[in-house]
Amino acid sequence: MTVLMVLLGGAIGAPLRYLADLFVQSRHDSVFPWGTFTVNVAGSLVLGVTAATVVELDSPSWVLALVGTGICGALTTFSTFGYETVRLLEEGSVSAAAANGVASIVVGLGACAGGFALVAAVL
Amino acid sequence: MENHETRPPGPPRGLPIDSDTAGDTVAEGRHRWWAFVRSHADVLAVISAGGALGSLGRWSVDELLPWSGTTFPWATFLVNVSGALALGVLMVLVVEVWPPRRYVRPFVGVGVLGGWTTFSTYVLEARDLLAAGRAATAFAYVGGSLVAGLVAVWLGIAAARLLAPGSRREGAR
Repeated sequence: MTVLMVLLGGAIGAPLRYLADLFVQSRHDSVFPWGTFTVNVAGSLVLGVTAATVVELDSPSWVLALVGTGICGALTTFSTFGYETVRLLEEGSVSAAAANGVASIVVGLGACAGGFALVAAVL
Repeated sequence: MENHETRPPGPPRGLPIDSDTAGDTVAEGRHRWWAFVRSHADVLAVISAGGALGSLGRWSVDELLPWSGTTFPWATFLVNVSGALALGVLMVLVVEVWPPRRYVRPFVGVGVLGGWTTFSTYVLEARDLLAAGRAATAFAYVGGSLVAGLVAVWLGIAAARLLAPGSRREGAR
């Protein structure tokens, strides 16, 4: 059951990242990788909300396997985040690389913790 | 964002900045997104299969190296750093070494490695460590993953260029 949920979630999350990334990238022309930044922050928010919901409602484990490990895990990416930051550095866009590294972590962590705290307060 | 540098128009020359989209574009026109999904159904299916496999692999590592919630999250750290290394290697091979292929980057790069690595679990674990009062471990984890991940990408790119026969830095696609 858990394995199936992880497979299903991964199968949903990865193409969702590709389409969302493409959607965001088609709407700006800066070197800043807004597409990956957006999916990473959105996925972190959803995972924070999901993790708190699972804890508060004592939800079955397949919920976290599907939404957390699967969908949020595949929607977000660390490899592309790291790759883009290195490529920006190589291209001499040091400020964009630093902004991407710092902002992704600060905003992503804030979204995750904020979503978690909000759900924990409401439920 | 005060950064005003802009991307040059057209597909990137050499390694792209964004390995997931890599210069892929959506044609203009009505219902452009629906048309894109229909014309790229095969690519999306390949990404989906890769994402499922990569996620299963990450879950397996989580099972092998369970996390206590208060210690350094080694499973996610190893998964993320290894995926970053592999993506550096892959992008050099796809762009500079191998002939153009429709499915290789979507399957391995966007799918498998995107599913294998995760940003959301990375920040959730940092949140959990902070909530558990393990601030030093949280900072070591967040900073250590970032530094190790960037070094891994750089090493992957450099090693692939060094070792792959016929790698061409200015390879335009």
